[in-house]
Amino acid sequence: MKQKLKSYNSQTYLAYALIAPAALYIVLIVAWPLLETIRLSFTNSSLAGEDYVGFENYQKMLSSKKFNGIVTRTFVWMFFSVSLKLIIGLIGAVLLNANLKGRSIFRVLVMPPWVVPIAIGMLGWLWLYNGYFGIIAGVGMRTGILDGPFGFLAYKQSAFISTIIADVWVGTPMVTVFFLAAMQGVPRDLYEAAYCDGASRWDRFFKITLPQITPVIITMSLLSAIWTFNSFEIIWILTEGGPRGATTTLIIDTYKQALGNYKFGRGAARAVVVMILLTLFAGFYLALLARINKKISHE
Amino acid sequence: MNKYNTLEKILIYSGILVFMTFILLPFVEMFYASLRPLDHLFRSPYQFYSDDLSFWAYREMWNTVPMLGRYIFNSFFLATSVAVITLIFVIPAAYSYARFKFPAKNTSLYVLLAINMFSGAVLLIPLYKVLRTFGLLNSYQAMIVPGVAFLIPTAIWLLKSYFEKIPIDLEEAAFVDGASRVQILRHIIAPLSTPGLVVVGIYAFIGAYAQQFLFAITFNQKKEYMPIPSGLYEFIGYQSVKWNEMMAASLVGIAPVLLVFIFLQKYIVEGLTAGAVKN
Repeated sequence: MKQKLKSYNSQTYLAYALIAPAALYIVLIVAWPLLETIRLSFTNSSLAGEDYVGFENYQKMLSSKKFNGIVTRTFVWMFFSVSLKLIIGLIGAVLLNANLKGRSIFRVLVMPPWVVPIAIGMLGWLWLYNGYFGIIAGVGMRTGILDGPFGFLAYKQSAFISTIIADVWVGTPMVTVFFLAAMQGVPRDLYEAAYCDGASRWDRFFKITLPQITPVIITMSLLSAIWTFNSFEIIWILTEGGPRGATTTLIIDTYKQALGNYKFGRGAARAVVVMILLTLFAGFYLALLARINKKISHE
Repeated sequence: MNKYNTLEKILIYSGILVFMTFILLPFVEMFYASLRPLDHLFRSPYQFYSDDLSFWAYREMWNTVPMLGRYIFNSFFLATSVAVITLIFVIPAAYSYARFKFPAKNTSLYVLLAINMFSGAVLLIPLYKVLRTFGLLNSYQAMIVPGVAFLIPTAIWLLKSYFEKIPIDLEEAAFVDGASRVQILRHIIAPLSTPGLVVVGIYAFIGAYAQQFLFAITFNQKKEYMPIPSGLYEFIGYQSVKWNEMMAASLVGIAPVLLVFIFLQKYIVEGLTAGAVKN
């Protein structure tokens, strides 16, 4: 009987056979294109055909000032967007974690920006940012902060900030929900013990809540860094990378080169840079997960 | 535990008010704009008050965006197809991960997580060339095929954790009693995993609904296959955008997903966060 049971869980062939369809799909649609992108980056591929050109795409790309500017801009954009998401998300989670009336409704109401197709949310933001008729410009004009119509997406700096705010809007709900879930997971007796010892609310937050949810905060920072880095639709719909390149991040630049100009080779070289950076992020993330898992299993 | 005093309550509620305003303002303003006549919208500076609010834009939008009905159908059709195909690939794989021990199991699970981090944008060039070679550009498949690939990893992780919750003893007992694997699948696993399958299916549906932009604008130029986001995006480029109708059409386009989500949010959020918080 034991023998039979053992065979129930250790049929390696069956296990692989069940995974095979999904694995094959991923190989065909994700893994192979990744390798093909690397190959294309060494060619001058376009709609007309392709020839091997060695490192030419990379040399041109890395020696161009414009590209270096794009990389720097991508990281600045990411830094502000991720920090804001984490800060606002943490504050939001603390507020919604308070045991007050209506909190279960608020918890549902946080989520729409996360669920709704990003592209549709951005159509709304386009209207909000409208320089003449939008509500933000309107409030600005009525309060005297603006002395006339102001196209938020028409100037370099304001477009940069506006796209960050829209990105924060999309990303904050998820961060909030994950922080909230983590806060709910903190054992109650920790708080009760601290309360009996006379710890203030403030103390309890900084000495219990914050340390307890640190693993989730770190995981979410990395995950949102990755998603923010990949963010395409928000910038594309609001500014298409403009005005004059002010919101062109690596992803936008890759897209423009490859599918705006059909310079597949050049686009692929940029995509390879994106891949390398993403691999680094993913490596960090997975190493971190492995460490957290180890710690949990030790405890 | 101590209760909040009045001052604390006021502070927390005002904090929530500010936070919620940030999150919901775009939706509220979209809805408000959809109710207002166009000449009220086109006043500068912004008018906060309109007296003749109506649902006129919701009728007129079908003329302004002649293929709106088709776009809505496409969005549903694409999201449903992607969700169903994803489930077909994911169910056996997730079951295998939940039940069997085999070499490279953990490594491959982490590879799946890593795939999740690559955006479609990196793969667009080869995908474009492949779809062009097979004559699949400008078709539903052009959006379905890549869409499924990016939902498979998370769906496997989610469903695996559901399968793991089904006690293995049940299956083992049946197996020892001589039940075949197919019988076990039909009589034990299928009924017990239905809630999990529903959640993962909805996750895939919402995910597929949300991702209908990048692949749609890149791989499909034909209006008759466009989902709502790319269909409406075309109209934004025009000189004079009829914002009230555009907002009305957007809201109609997202209402179904929003409703599905609101009714089922408890399960979806539990499933998603359990995976990330505990793993």
